[in-house]
Amino acid sequence: MIRAGVDIGGTFTDAALEHPGGLATAKVLTDYTRPEDAILRALTDACRTASIQLSDIGQVIHGTTLVTNALIERRGARTAFVTTEGFRDVIEMRSENRFEQYDLNLELPPPLIPRADRFTLAERVSPRGEVLLALDRDAARDLVHRIKDAGYTSVAVGFLHSYANAEHEAAVEEIFAELAPELPVSLSSRVSPQMRELPRFNTVCANAYVRPQVDAYLGRLTARLAEEGLTAPIFLMHSGGGLISLDTARAEPVRLLESGPAGGAIFAAELARSHGAGRALSFDMGGTTAKICLIEEGKPKTAASFEVARTYRFKKGSGMVVQTPVVEMVEIGAGGGSLATIDAMGRIQVGPRSAGSEPGPACYQRGGEEPAVTDANLLLGRLDPEAFAGGKIPLSEGKARAALDARIAEPQGLSTEQAAFGVTEMVDENMANAARVHAVENGRDIERYTMIAFGGGAPLHAARLCEKLGIARCLIPPGAGVGSAIGFLRAPMSYEAARGRFMALPDFDAEAVNALIEELDAEARAFVAQGVGEAETEERLTAFIRYAGQGWEIPVQLPVRRYAPEDRTVIEEAFAEAYRGLFGRTIEGLAAEVTNWSLTVATLRPPPGELAPRTDGTRPEGGKPRSVYDAGRREAVQALEVPRSALTPGAAIEGPAVITEDETTTIVTAAFRAVGQDDGSLLLIRKETP
Amino acid sequence: MTRGIDYQIMWNRLIAVVEEQATTLIRTAFSTSVREAGDLSAGLFDRRGRMMAQAVTGTPGHVNAMAESVGHFAARFGPQETLEGDVYLTNDPWMGTGHLHDITVVTPVFRKSRHIGYFAATAHVVDIGGRGFGPDGREVYEEGLLLPISKFIERGEVNGLMVEMIRANVRTPDQTVGDIHSLAACNAAGDRRLQAMLDEFGLDEIEGLSDYIIDASRAATRSAIAGVPDGTYRNGMRVDGFEAPVDMAVTLEVAGDRMTCDFAGTSGMSGYGVNCPEVYTRAYACFALKCAIAPEVPNNHGSLEPFEITAPEGSILAARRPAPVSVRHVMGHLVPDAVLGALHHALPGVVPAEGASALWNIQLSVRETGGEGRAEVLMFNSGGTGARPGSDGLSATAFPSGVSTMSVEATEHVGPITVWRKELRSGSGGAGRHRGGLGQVIEIEAREGHEMSINAMFDRVKHAARGREGGADGAAGRVELADGTPLAPKGRQSVPPGARLRLSLPGGGGYGPPDERDPEAAEADRRGGYTD
Repeated sequence: MIRAGVDIGGTFTDAALEHPGGLATAKVLTDYTRPEDAILRALTDACRTASIQLSDIGQVIHGTTLVTNALIERRGARTAFVTTEGFRDVIEMRSENRFEQYDLNLELPPPLIPRADRFTLAERVSPRGEVLLALDRDAARDLVHRIKDAGYTSVAVGFLHSYANAEHEAAVEEIFAELAPELPVSLSSRVSPQMRELPRFNTVCANAYVRPQVDAYLGRLTARLAEEGLTAPIFLMHSGGGLISLDTARAEPVRLLESGPAGGAIFAAELARSHGAGRALSFDMGGTTAKICLIEEGKPKTAASFEVARTYRFKKGSGMVVQTPVVEMVEIGAGGGSLATIDAMGRIQVGPRSAGSEPGPACYQRGGEEPAVTDANLLLGRLDPEAFAGGKIPLSEGKARAALDARIAEPQGLSTEQAAFGVTEMVDENMANAARVHAVENGRDIERYTMIAFGGGAPLHAARLCEKLGIARCLIPPGAGVGSAIGFLRAPMSYEAARGRFMALPDFDAEAVNALIEELDAEARAFVAQGVGEAETEERLTAFIRYAGQGWEIPVQLPVRRYAPEDRTVIEEAFAEAYRGLFGRTIEGLAAEVTNWSLTVATLRPPPGELAPRTDGTRPEGGKPRSVYDAGRREAVQALEVPRSALTPGAAIEGPAVITEDETTTIVTAAFRAVGQDDGSLLLIRKETP
Repeated sequence: MTRGIDYQIMWNRLIAVVEEQATTLIRTAFSTSVREAGDLSAGLFDRRGRMMAQAVTGTPGHVNAMAESVGHFAARFGPQETLEGDVYLTNDPWMGTGHLHDITVVTPVFRKSRHIGYFAATAHVVDIGGRGFGPDGREVYEEGLLLPISKFIERGEVNGLMVEMIRANVRTPDQTVGDIHSLAACNAAGDRRLQAMLDEFGLDEIEGLSDYIIDASRAATRSAIAGVPDGTYRNGMRVDGFEAPVDMAVTLEVAGDRMTCDFAGTSGMSGYGVNCPEVYTRAYACFALKCAIAPEVPNNHGSLEPFEITAPEGSILAARRPAPVSVRHVMGHLVPDAVLGALHHALPGVVPAEGASALWNIQLSVRETGGEGRAEVLMFNSGGTGARPGSDGLSATAFPSGVSTMSVEATEHVGPITVWRKELRSGSGGAGRHRGGLGQVIEIEAREGHEMSINAMFDRVKHAARGREGGADGAAGRVELADGTPLAPKGRQSVPPGARLRLSLPGGGGYGPPDERDPEAAEADRRGGYTD
């Protein structure tokens, strides 16, 4: 079967087509008003390359930034939120703290659903699910009438402790179905049935907010593709790195957040698998931000929640926490367009402000006057001014120099070269620091990881980043320009079902756990079956456990099986091991407690063919000398420039070297050697230190 | 000249190093207030005890306090006694960060057997013995175990007697000692990262780097102070206090690039644990000044030194030993409002109106009626912040503290209570061109078969947050039962079974005359029910 991956990004829409002859890719500009048209163009281009018809495609796998953008730009439906009396303001009060300590004029992001659109009903359920106050059904009917009459187009319902007892939410849904059947209703007990009201309410509000829009878009897309003869089933990439059916996506669009980057992480994970890299760090750097993700045993690390739409310099806390399974990514305001300035202490600072693609860095000659990272790279000899983006964007060294001299070199009393070095070194430092902190937070030692670098900017910075992080190996895959779309093709069908169920382990209740596992398994399996019917699957059970009194749980992998009362120790030991892995020790004398549970059912993917790594080889013919600044040595060095096509399997080049291709440039610093691999990847290997 | 760039890179790296140090601590500490509220600090110091870098955490109260504390350690253990493998500690409120619950751990850094600096970290531990966390002690001796500056580890050897002493004197021996080990471990993590940086840059000392950081920060701070018009600026503010109202008096003097802030005229000490050691007052005063004058300069010796802050010994803001100081944050959190009020005369249009400021920490003891079961519940909650010159105040948001609240669902799992209400308090924001932030209303009842008591520590009940430039005052706080029966805002009281405790947290003051409010904003307030 021919499968197609399509990714709608902020700038480009990419397609990747897996067909008997290999892989065909295409890239077109994103169409903001009619995104489905760009998809069709990209697919048509890719089909032409592959010499097939659109109707030959048997499966379409789609990821999009539509949901993320709708939340960032606040372009969603007019949504009503129905919640428990006394708790109207949960999503507005947030966690009651400030994400920036020293800013007296700090603005908090406004709640997704304004206060006037939040309604309450008298009802209350206890943490164990007992009804403390029955739902007032008459009041609920009145409220439904009011919401219907007021012209809302979507409804979110979130009651306290509804993860423990969903009766009241379901009752409200029924009333809506009876009195206002045209209104789509999202329930927190269905979208995110986990303990903690703020993330659960945020999640159900976000879901309701984007639902009509996503529903309409997916309907248009299906129709548009069918018009052109493409009637194959469409699957959607979800934020957790798997696929869901079109119907699931229409009901739970919040699961589509960050699906593009998730595809990139799957792409990197597959590469790590085929190269036998058990632990890898994916590093994706574009124009505005860099993204980092840990990959272990061929799987991107996932988290139970993440923060979307950060409003303040990518700062933690400035966005909205949404609880949906997600490939865990650290995003830093560091990209080719990141701007360099001098701060009050006379220090060079880079980002998070970015020149973006308009006006772009000064060297683009589109009116940008502030120096960006790309300007600095150009002046350090790392970019060829005539060959940038395959020669489509001629770069001006004069403009880059003028910007850097005026804003950095002169105020600092530095030469242009030193100033440029200062800029790139600072941005590399920022990325390295973020990667290190992320590894520490996960109790990992990053030095043993293999870096996987893709995206326009990453291969330029990867080797220096490896030097800073003490990483010895870095893979640079081919086709990285459409990595996310390729990643879609490698993703399993998967669904993660989660549930809040508080259980202190001294009161371990095996029967309750077994019932919960069955329930979660059935739920997740039904979603997976929507996509593929009966298929071989794997299951992953995660319990979120903490010591009594702690505020944070850690995810603990548990075997999927029936539990007996004496199996309490199995869970306790798994928790102790996970805790030790993260924090280096356990705590004697404290009981553990589970808050939330999740179970993932995913189709099994065939293991990719393992490649024998090539660690050395023969030097390719030709190449031309080029002067490049080497950050580790703090000086310009003579490097050899070769086209990427010369790095065939078994070809090797010693750093300092520059490897050029249309989409990017790979800098091999003096400390590294680059070796062409059998799958077209480049492997950068740290030279043995004498 | 690339040394200059290297120094910039290293400065950046050091900030990442201390953030990593703090992250390590947050993730391993036991104390709820460390994990949930960021009640900790972490930093690097040079050989002379000058702070070079400090992590940004949830507690301004630690800013200068920890910075000063390392100097005491350096003075206590001279070069002869500072040995490789040592780890020091104290929780002396006057040498550390203001109360016994905060333990400061200091680890000297060695490079090639030479002492080059210190890592220090402070965290709020779960329990330190004595009466427990609360204002009831009449002397510091009642508030728990005081650990003088001493060697917790000497040349890698843990002081067993000290461990036994601590274990024998606290209610949570595993957790309190565990937290001390966490503190030592986070310093060790910082040390490893610093050593790797020194390897990378081929350095064996940090004095040059320290001078660079401190000089650059001092210059930036002084130049920011020079932008404040010269003069003497005063402010007075009356708050509830414990047994009697407290007057905070501030005199700010600005001359060129020097700024002094003094609290002469402030009320005397309280007989209860709301007194602040001077170091804690300095921390909050400095925090306020920095926010308004030089927010972008990172915290270090150079950026703190230009603010010369003093309080008269024996006042509530410079309590003398052996005054009780356990809940010094109640007064400490109000210090910024007093200081900013004085600064307003120098820099009109910069500082906000007064806010709720002091956190409303709800401490409940819930007991099974006639049974053994017992649970302690702690919730952090915030009122409204003062309106700003250009925007409304923030509703239910902590300032100056950076503490987070906890989920109601999670809290109800911890203790047998039902929170019936936790939402914005309509109409509590002071009116003005810009409205003060709203407080919140919280209603709590013990679950059936349980009874509860509250240890109240609430301020701004008798003295509301004042508006600025014609803005109205925010609503004062209220402490009562849901049927309207008033309760005292401070001290231990029981809530009758079946009754609901109702707390109405203060709103922030307004800014500018209310009749200048943008009609659209006023309409939006009415529509959303932010105003009555």
